[in-house]
Amino acid sequence: MTRKTRAIAGAGALAVAGALILSGCGGSSFDEPADGGGDGELTSSDEAITLLIGTSGDAETDAVTEAVAAWSEESGIEAEVKVATDLPQELSQGFAAGDPPDLFYLAPEALAGYAGNGSLQPYGDLLENKDDFYPSLVENFTFEDEFYCAPKDFSTLGLVINKGLWDAAGLTDDDIPTTWDELTTVAQTLTKDGVVGLGFGWEWQRIGTFMAQAGGGLVADGEAIANSQENVDALTYIQDRMADGTFAYAQDVGAGWGGEAFGKQLTAMTIEGNWITGAMTNDYPDVEYVVTELPEGPAGKGTLQFTNCLGMAADSGNQEAALGLAEYLTSTEQQLAFSQAFGVMPSIQSAAEQWTSDNPDLAAFLAGADYAQGIPTYDGTADVITDFNSALQGLKTGDPQEILDSVQSNLEAIVN
Amino acid sequence: MTATATAPRRARNTRSGIRRGEALAGWTFVLPVILILGVFLLIPVAMALWVSVSDWSGRGSPFSSNVGFVGLQNYAAVTTGDGLATRDFGTAMRNNTWYVLLVVPLQTALSLFLAVLVNGAILRGRGFFRTAFYFPSVTASVAITVLFIFLFSTTGVVNEILGAIGINGPNWLADPRGLLHILVGSVGITDGPAALTGSDFLGLSWWNWLAGPSVAMTVFIIMAIFTTSGTFMLLFLAALQNISPEVQEAAMVDGANAWQRFWRVTLPQLKPALFTVLTLGLIGCWQVFDQIYTGTKGQPAKTTLTPAYLSYDASFLDQDWGQGAAIAFILFAIIVVLTLFQRWALRDRPVSARRARQYALPTRPATASPATVAATQVPSPPDPAQKPAADRGEGKETRP
Repeated sequence: MTRKTRAIAGAGALAVAGALILSGCGGSSFDEPADGGGDGELTSSDEAITLLIGTSGDAETDAVTEAVAAWSEESGIEAEVKVATDLPQELSQGFAAGDPPDLFYLAPEALAGYAGNGSLQPYGDLLENKDDFYPSLVENFTFEDEFYCAPKDFSTLGLVINKGLWDAAGLTDDDIPTTWDELTTVAQTLTKDGVVGLGFGWEWQRIGTFMAQAGGGLVADGEAIANSQENVDALTYIQDRMADGTFAYAQDVGAGWGGEAFGKQLTAMTIEGNWITGAMTNDYPDVEYVVTELPEGPAGKGTLQFTNCLGMAADSGNQEAALGLAEYLTSTEQQLAFSQAFGVMPSIQSAAEQWTSDNPDLAAFLAGADYAQGIPTYDGTADVITDFNSALQGLKTGDPQEILDSVQSNLEAIVN
Repeated sequence: MTATATAPRRARNTRSGIRRGEALAGWTFVLPVILILGVFLLIPVAMALWVSVSDWSGRGSPFSSNVGFVGLQNYAAVTTGDGLATRDFGTAMRNNTWYVLLVVPLQTALSLFLAVLVNGAILRGRGFFRTAFYFPSVTASVAITVLFIFLFSTTGVVNEILGAIGINGPNWLADPRGLLHILVGSVGITDGPAALTGSDFLGLSWWNWLAGPSVAMTVFIIMAIFTTSGTFMLLFLAALQNISPEVQEAAMVDGANAWQRFWRVTLPQLKPALFTVLTLGLIGCWQVFDQIYTGTKGQPAKTTLTPAYLSYDASFLDQDWGQGAAIAFILFAIIVVLTLFQRWALRDRPVSARRARQYALPTRPATASPATVAATQVPSPPDPAQKPAADRGEGKETRP
């Protein structure tokens, strides 16, 4: 009994002491945000700044490091590039500790969460080159009518065709599908000898292109439209093609993603973004391919875009410098340098012409920028899409209307 | 608390004044450990508990003035809502329950079997087998997970082997179908009866609760059994080596065969080890995270989602820190309750009347002297410390 009560007393004393220690260390950093967090002036000091990136590989790391070093030289402000192994986790830790990186890669689906808790400093409207960004990208980083951060680059989805299998099936350039009906026909022609006509990943991030082409989507004008007839039509079309074996999920043919199924020649066509070029060069150099725009659906052209922006921390001590770096990294010259180094598409329109002439084979991807849909930026979107994706995995035998009704109710909960 | 704590201390101090300085010295010696445990264990747990009842959104200190107390709102959001958060939690609970139901008994049985095997004196190269069986346990779980992903890929080794004997293996890690659903589906039942589909618990219909582990989850179940049975084998092995050979000999003299010796003599003596193994297994199984994080991140169709991973996902990816912490504490409560239940189920209890009759002398004297009553009385309950003596006693009694 004695020992027990004394242990409790000791533990209590310890907890109090610990709390004191914690709040002590909190005093220096936790309570600081107040002076920089407002949406008016940016903070300014001679502090060094940090850029936290989630990199696609050494090529990107090197290119960004080089660009930041060049900016540092020019501006005289020290800047450091840090590579995150798990970007969302490291960002969350930084915000919780009150010591986040000044500038960091930020996905549109994470925007609402961080903007909602005040971690982000909106600076889009302060950018000198803000009118140069593609409007759809600006929209993708606008939360509650505020343009938060500069899109660092972007990708869209296109139709990637295996040249060898295409020619072997007796198809020519004239057969490149421009409508769903034509897509049905060529997929049928290409489906033979264990090869599936068209393969793609089992997720909204690919299937959403069909929804866009049918005239649907997830959210339009602030209303959830997930269970619209257009979306039902799109899923039904895919379901029918899966039933006759001309479409398949990459996962169902034993690949991790569309590019892998395509590279291993398990599928003759796939729906992927411009990152597929890297995978093809590195892993499947023998497969010849062409990239075209996705075929039109009942409502015309449609594709999806993916992008990241350079988020700025509200707790940053030198936001002026961070803004300068963001402008530098999104300048025409830098954007072209990045696209050359690691194959991304420039997020600014002034670089489009040069990019297209540099990459004539990939022009279809950039063409998609005009009609691409992005991921909705409501708080909780990522969860809704994860749930949608898990339902899409059972699309083959599922009921499209039922799947979309469930998405609709989930979306309505976060949109309103 | 202070009053109760100080009173006895004073009493002892007067009793042994010469040892007055010892308490201080004792505290000084344990201070480093208390500080380390406090900073890295106690305070974080207390902070998490606070976060689970607060509206902290992940920015700055959870103790700052603009973080409010919201009561059990976060707990309610994951348990009583009809939205995505509740359904995800229900799905995660479903998945993990099946995981526990399969992994805990199987890993315990397998590790006990292996321990008995490598404990046998006849086995050649015992050292080799002991090392071999223990090897998966010392390998990093991330490495094992990656290995299993390769083994169980569509064209992986497992499917190659299955193919060789004419079985068309499933697309393991991409197959969200529940095993029980597949089973009843093979006899033509694809939709559950209205009684099961009509009502739900935690946002998931009972039909879905009864889906069984998905094919993808089965891979993780096999993996867990494979990796943990080595560690638990070691625990059982240590316990087995503690059993004195005389007890076995006595049982042999009594004419017990190997099977009876194992069930009636060896196993009862392994009860403390069994309790340890079951408890550790239970805790480990409810906390499964790294395999999911490295392997599937909850896919396919959320059938490998576990509460531990969901807690991480809600906090770090969705900034719902309160909900994430609430899930963690619900998990904590489940583990504590199940461990208490297990303690109760495995408690030492008096031998039942039916069992007692088996030990009774064939002919009982009509008038019993106190001595014979004592002798015919049921042996004392299996207390690990006194086990050998008790067993020897049994032997004597049943001898004609």
